[in-house]
Amino acid sequence: MRMRRFRQADWDEPLIFELGWEGRAGFSVPAVEPEVRDEVGEVEELIPINILREEPPRLPEVSEVEVLRHYIHLSQMNYGVNSSGIYPLGSCTMKYNPVINEVLASNPALTEIHPDQDEATIQGILELLYRLKIWLQELTGMEDGSLEPAAGAQGEFLGNLIMRAYHADRGELERRREVIIPDSAHGTNPASAAMAGFKVVEVPSGEDGCVDLEALKSVVGEGTAGLMLTNPNTLGIFESRISEIAEIVHRAGGLMYYDGANLNALMGRCRPGDMGFDIVHLNLHKTFSTPHGGGGPGSGPVLVKAFLSDYLPVPVVVYRDGLYRLSYDRPKTVGKVHGYYGNISPILKAYAYILSMGGEGLREASEIAVLNSNYLAQRLKDVRGLSLPYAPGVPRKHEFVLSASKMAEETGVRALHIAKRLLDYGIHAPTIYFPLIVPEALMIEPTETEPLEALDRLVEAFEEISSLAYSKPEEVQSSPRNTTVGRLDDVKASHPRTMCLSYRMLRKTR
Amino acid sequence: MSRANPYLPNSVQEIKERMMERLGIRSIDELYSDIPEELRFKGELRIPGPHSEEEVRRVVTALLERNWRFRCPPFLGGGVYPHYVPAVVDEIVRRAEFLTSYTPYQPEVSQGMLQAIFEYQSLICELVGLDVACASLYDWSSALGEAARMANRLNHRSTILVPHLMSPRRLTVLKTYTEPVGMKVRGVDYDRETGLLDLDDLLVKVDGRVAAVYLENPSYLGFVEEEAEAVGEIAHESGALFIVGVDPISLGLLKAPGDYGADIVIGEGQPLGNHMNYGGPLLGIFACRDDPQMIRQIPGRLIGMTETLDGSRRGYVMALQAREQHIRREKATSNICSNEALCALAGAVYLSLLGPTGLRELCEVLVSRARYAMRRICELPGVRAPIFSSFHFKEFTVSLLDKPVYEVHKRLLERGIHGGKPLVGEFPELGEVALYCVTERHTKEDIDLLVSALGEALEG
Repeated sequence: MRMRRFRQADWDEPLIFELGWEGRAGFSVPAVEPEVRDEVGEVEELIPINILREEPPRLPEVSEVEVLRHYIHLSQMNYGVNSSGIYPLGSCTMKYNPVINEVLASNPALTEIHPDQDEATIQGILELLYRLKIWLQELTGMEDGSLEPAAGAQGEFLGNLIMRAYHADRGELERRREVIIPDSAHGTNPASAAMAGFKVVEVPSGEDGCVDLEALKSVVGEGTAGLMLTNPNTLGIFESRISEIAEIVHRAGGLMYYDGANLNALMGRCRPGDMGFDIVHLNLHKTFSTPHGGGGPGSGPVLVKAFLSDYLPVPVVVYRDGLYRLSYDRPKTVGKVHGYYGNISPILKAYAYILSMGGEGLREASEIAVLNSNYLAQRLKDVRGLSLPYAPGVPRKHEFVLSASKMAEETGVRALHIAKRLLDYGIHAPTIYFPLIVPEALMIEPTETEPLEALDRLVEAFEEISSLAYSKPEEVQSSPRNTTVGRLDDVKASHPRTMCLSYRMLRKTR
Repeated sequence: MSRANPYLPNSVQEIKERMMERLGIRSIDELYSDIPEELRFKGELRIPGPHSEEEVRRVVTALLERNWRFRCPPFLGGGVYPHYVPAVVDEIVRRAEFLTSYTPYQPEVSQGMLQAIFEYQSLICELVGLDVACASLYDWSSALGEAARMANRLNHRSTILVPHLMSPRRLTVLKTYTEPVGMKVRGVDYDRETGLLDLDDLLVKVDGRVAAVYLENPSYLGFVEEEAEAVGEIAHESGALFIVGVDPISLGLLKAPGDYGADIVIGEGQPLGNHMNYGGPLLGIFACRDDPQMIRQIPGRLIGMTETLDGSRRGYVMALQAREQHIRREKATSNICSNEALCALAGAVYLSLLGPTGLRELCEVLVSRARYAMRRICELPGVRAPIFSSFHFKEFTVSLLDKPVYEVHKRLLERGIHGGKPLVGEFPELGEVALYCVTERHTKEDIDLLVSALGEALEG
C-alpha cells in the first residue's frame, strides 16, 4: 500500500485584531424603537458617570465576511476526528462523533431553554435527564448519581467531596486524610483529591503493571479516605485483582473511586459497581461519543452506590405525581459544583448515542475497541526499536502503551520525534510520555470507530518511521514538515520575559 | 448475518475474523479472559436500542417537543441570558475541524484552535481591562470558586467577603469549592435604598484574615455597583484581593473592572454567542493582572504566542503547563483538564462580529428596553419595579405589593409568557419579588405583551 500524501492547510492567518477597518461591523444590532427612546431618553444621561466606560474596548472592527473567512481558515488549520482521521490519543477515546447528535442538539426546544424555567414547561428535558441517569447506572452497576459535573475532572472533584462528606458524617474525616492513587493514574486524579483537601499517597505498580498489593496493604489504614483507580489501568491492562483491592480498602473503612476515563473497554462486559467501586465518574465526551470541542465542553456524571445518595449535589430530578421535578431536599448534600445542572447539550448527545447503539451495540463498541487495540499492539510491538512493556501475553483492553526507549538509545529518535513524524502522514499522534512509569511512552487508543485500513496505515507509518530512524534519524527528528507550522518554541512561550498571553501583552512589547 | 453498525467499520464479520486470526484467537471473549469469571457481566443491559437514525431523531425530537414554547423569549437572566446568537457563530462552532478536535496537545496540527483561543483570551482582556485571561473554566460559579482559592494561595488568608445579594447558586458553588481548604465565606450587607454594597459594613468586616473581597457588577439583581472603585480600595488597603464578577456584555458600556482596581475578573461568557441549553455548557471567564505571582497561580489552560524553533514565523502553544494537572499532579493550581474551548471560540467569533460599536449599541438597547419595561410595569397598580433606586443594566426586580409572586407567575405561564424568576425562596426578606431580564430579543411589542399579561394576571 502506498502511503497517502498529507499537507495541512496554511493560511498564514493574521490575528483578528490585525484585520478590518475603522467603522466596519460584522453584525447589525437591532435599533432601540423610537417610542422606547422617547420614553427613556439617552442612555449616557442615565448611567452614573463614575462607572461609564470612557474608552470603548479595543475589539476588532471587521465585516461579517472577514470574520467568517478568518475562522474558517483557522478551522482548516486544525485536526479533527470527524474531518481529518485517526486520533489515537491514549486515554482520550477520540471516537467518531455522530452527526445526527449534533443535529438533535441544535433543536431550539433545547437551545432556547433557560435553566430557571418553571418545571412544568421543561418536562421533556427533565425526563431525558432522568432516563439517562438510569441508563448510566445500569451500564456501571451503580444505584444513584448526578449529571452535574461539567467534565471528568469536575466529576473527580465531586467524587472526592462525596468521600469527604461520607467520612465527616461518620465523624472520621479528622483522621481519614489520605487518598491512595497508583503511580500510573491520570494527572487529574491526584489533582482532584488534593483540591478536595486530601493528601495524596502514591502506590507503585508491580511488575505486571497492576497495583502492587503488598505495597497497597502497607499504605492502607486508619488514615485512608479512599482509593482512586481506573480499570483497565492506563497501560490498558485489566486490574484482575480488583476484588482483593476493594476488600483491602473497604476493610480499612475507605471508599473505592472509579475513574471512568477508560470505560470504553468494558461496556456490557464488566461493571465498576460489580468490581466493588462505590463512586464512579464517566466522561460522556469519551465513551459516549460527544465531541471534545477542541478541549471542551465535556460532561462528567458521577454515579454512586445507594449508601452515598445523601451526599449527591442538588438538585436531583425526581418523578412525582406525574411530573418530573427538581428536588433540593437533600440535607447532607455536598452542595453544588456547577451553577446549574451540568452540560446539558453533551448530555443530550450521549442520550441519542445510547439510543442509537442500544445495550447490545455498546457492548459491540467496547469489543471492537479492544479488538482494534490488540490488533495494533500485536503489530506494533514487533516494529524495530519499539516494545510493549509489562505483562507480556496479557491482552490489552481499549489502549496499550509502547516504549520507544530502545529506539531512543540506538538512534536518538525519541517518542516525541515519532509523534511529530506521524503528523506528517496526516495521522494524529498518540499520547506521549504518559503513563509516567513507561520510559519513552507512546500510549495508543484507536477506538472502535476506525476502519481496519486506518489501523494498517498507522502500522505502516510506524514501520517507515522506524526504518528512517535507523537510517536517517535527523529526518525523523526534524519533523513535522507537512503541518501548518513546524516545531514551536515552548520555552519562549513560557519564559516570564518573553511570554505573550494576549494581544494587550503583545502591544506592550511592541 | 447481523447488520453492520454504521459507527463500527470493523463490525463486518470477515474483518473481525481476519483481525482475530492475526491475534491467534477464535473469539473476542479471549481478549477478556483475564477478567475474573465472577466479575464478568452476563446479563442483558436494560438499555433500549439499537435504533435507526430516523427512529432516534423521532424519539429525541418528540421528547424535546414536550418543552413549552412561549410567545417571546423568557424574561429570565440571573447568570444565563436569552441573547441572540448570530448565524456566523453557529456556522463556525459546527465545523468538524473545531468541534471534533481534542485539547491541542500537538500544536503543529492544532494551530487553528490555538490561535482562536489566543484571540478569545485577548478579546476578554480588552473587555475586562486586564492583561491575562485563561482559555476558559466551566462557568461563572466554578470560576468564583477558583478565584477564591487562588486568592488563598497568594496571600494565605482564609476569608472571602461577598455581597449579601449575590447569586445564591454561585454562593453555594463558592462554598463547595472553598470548604476543603478551610476558607470562610462572609456576607456584606447592602444599602436598603440603593441595593449597593454597604461600604460601612465592608469596613467593619474587612480585616487581616480577608483573602479577597468579591463584587458582582452588575449585581445579581441587575443594578450597577457604581461605587465599585471604592470597594476595591477598601479591599486593597487591608491587603485583600479584589475579585469582580461580570456579565461581559455590560462591558460595552460599563467601565472595565481592571480600570477600577480589580485583581481578578470572572464572569459568565454564555451571553457571548452561546445558546442557553438549559444552563450548560457555559463559559467561565477568568482574567488576572500581568503579575508573575498571579500568573503562576492562575487555574486552567493558557495559550501563548511564540515562534517556530527556526524563528521563521509566529505560532501558538499551551503556555506555562507546569501549573497544570497533567504535569504537576497534586500540586497543580487546579484539577481542570477539559474546559469549555468551543464556547470560548463562540465568544471570540461573537465579539469579533460585534466589535466595539456593536457591543455599545447592544448595551444601549438593553438599558433602554429594560428601563422601558420597568416604567410600563410600574404603571400597573400594586407593582414596583425595581425595588432599588440604582441604575440597572438589563435585569431588574419586580415587587408585588398585594399578590403572591408565584400566583402571578402561573397566570403568566397560562398566557404563554415566562416571566421573571421568583426570588421568594432565595431572598424572602425582599417580599414578593421576581427577577426579570430584558434582552435585545425582547422587542417593544414583547414588553408591551408582558405588561398587559401582568396587568391581567394581577386583576384575575
